[in-house]
Amino acid sequence: MFRNQYDTDVTTWSPAGRLFQVEYAMEAVKQGSAAIGLRSKTHVVLACVNKSTSELSSHQKKIFKVDDHIGVSIAGLTADGRVLSRYMRNECINYSYTYESPLPVGRLVVQLADKAQVCTQRSWKRPYGVGLLVGGLDESGAHLYYNCPSGNYFEYQAFAIGSRSQAAKTYLERKFETFTDSSRDNLVKDALFALRETLQGEKLTSSVCTIAVVGVGEAFHILDQETVQGLINEFEIVGEEPTPADETAAPDQGSGAAAPGPSEDVAPMDI
Amino acid sequence: MTKQHANWSPYDINGGTVVAIAGADYCVIAADTRMSTGYSILTRDYSKIIQLADKSVMASSGFQADVRALQKVLEARHLIYQHQHNKQMSCPAMAQLLSNTLYFKRFFPYYAFNVLGGLDSEGKGCVFTYDAVGSYERVGYSSQGSGSTLITPYLDNQLKSPSPLLLPAKDAVTPLSESEAIDLVKTCFVSATERDIYTGDKLEIVILNASGKRRDYMELRKD
Repeated sequence: MFRNQYDTDVTTWSPAGRLFQVEYAMEAVKQGSAAIGLRSKTHVVLACVNKSTSELSSHQKKIFKVDDHIGVSIAGLTADGRVLSRYMRNECINYSYTYESPLPVGRLVVQLADKAQVCTQRSWKRPYGVGLLVGGLDESGAHLYYNCPSGNYFEYQAFAIGSRSQAAKTYLERKFETFTDSSRDNLVKDALFALRETLQGEKLTSSVCTIAVVGVGEAFHILDQETVQGLINEFEIVGEEPTPADETAAPDQGSGAAAPGPSEDVAPMDI
Repeated sequence: MTKQHANWSPYDINGGTVVAIAGADYCVIAADTRMSTGYSILTRDYSKIIQLADKSVMASSGFQADVRALQKVLEARHLIYQHQHNKQMSCPAMAQLLSNTLYFKRFFPYYAFNVLGGLDSEGKGCVFTYDAVGSYERVGYSSQGSGSTLITPYLDNQLKSPSPLLLPAKDAVTPLSESEAIDLVKTCFVSATERDIYTGDKLEIVILNASGKRRDYMELRKD
């Protein structure tokens, strides 16, 4: 993707019928560190890679609890993600206040998508530069949605976003048919395996990742480091040799132009 | 010509009594479960007690519609607090929030007479007592509602000061044990039920301590 004369404004169409600013916003999502979501009939697991700007700093928060029954993991401009999480929390609180029942996930996702769409049609705004994986439970079961900066949203059995997410997607594509009836623990295990794929050889430890679970009888919560490390050890997930799947997936990484490099190339605001 | 007055009131009185007692490492909050209007009973089984946070329990008498509205506002505000601070509200913090919320409607008040009980940050029992517009004070024990005039003098007698010789009478957490405090509360309600027509049916007691929350019930006279 290269600069052209139709990409200055979000309110300018290109002759090919594209809104380049919106597409550039989706690029920001691809630059962020990976976030993964999977669901079964009764549970949703969200996982993400913790990348920090330097060894001295703490990592940015990429998974947010929105309500007892909904959580979200983000990739892209985390500041935008934080603001949208605050909006989602507010919507859930207001709905609970009025109807004394939890906001159905599908409704929240539509509201979020409509909010994102507004930013694609106002000359004084810019699109949100963050992709959200919204996982939640409501009367109709467990759901996983992906909301993108364009204002579109899709429901998934499993999905991955952010840098090197293709490796995770390849793993998920192989295994997704088993997810619906998977047990909670197996779902978490699959999330860890998928996460490991995005690390491309780097060792998977609990300090590098964050896992969150929501399910029937289980409010949304982030697993603590000890639990995660215990699970990693239990499932013997180590990331020494890249599997054959990675080598074929590597060329497909990133966008049309130069593949995004590792952390050094990423702007400080994108994690 | 004299000023025209409304021929209806936005308020109703649903009666009932609430009590709270603070102990060294526990707090007892109790309320009857009768809901009335005029001389009629609406229901014998309505809870006036709500847990707002891990260590804060509120009991309110007065107009239950306003009480419910107040509870919802506080619940929502607590959720917001948890998202912003990543922790539960402490009881003193909730006490201030309740006061501010009540005063917010200073010129169309919540017709709610509240008692907030819980554990402070040191784990000691605390009780806060309120008027309808948010004036509040931390105390060792309190009673509000239709039976409060019957109960408060009795509690003063039993709890006011560790020793009658110690002057001025200090209002502090009671040295009584948890079970002694519960018995005291039961005695209060049995007595109030005798003479206050709006108090009776069933007594709901909530006990907060280091191990968490417990709920007890006791039958009261139904006449």
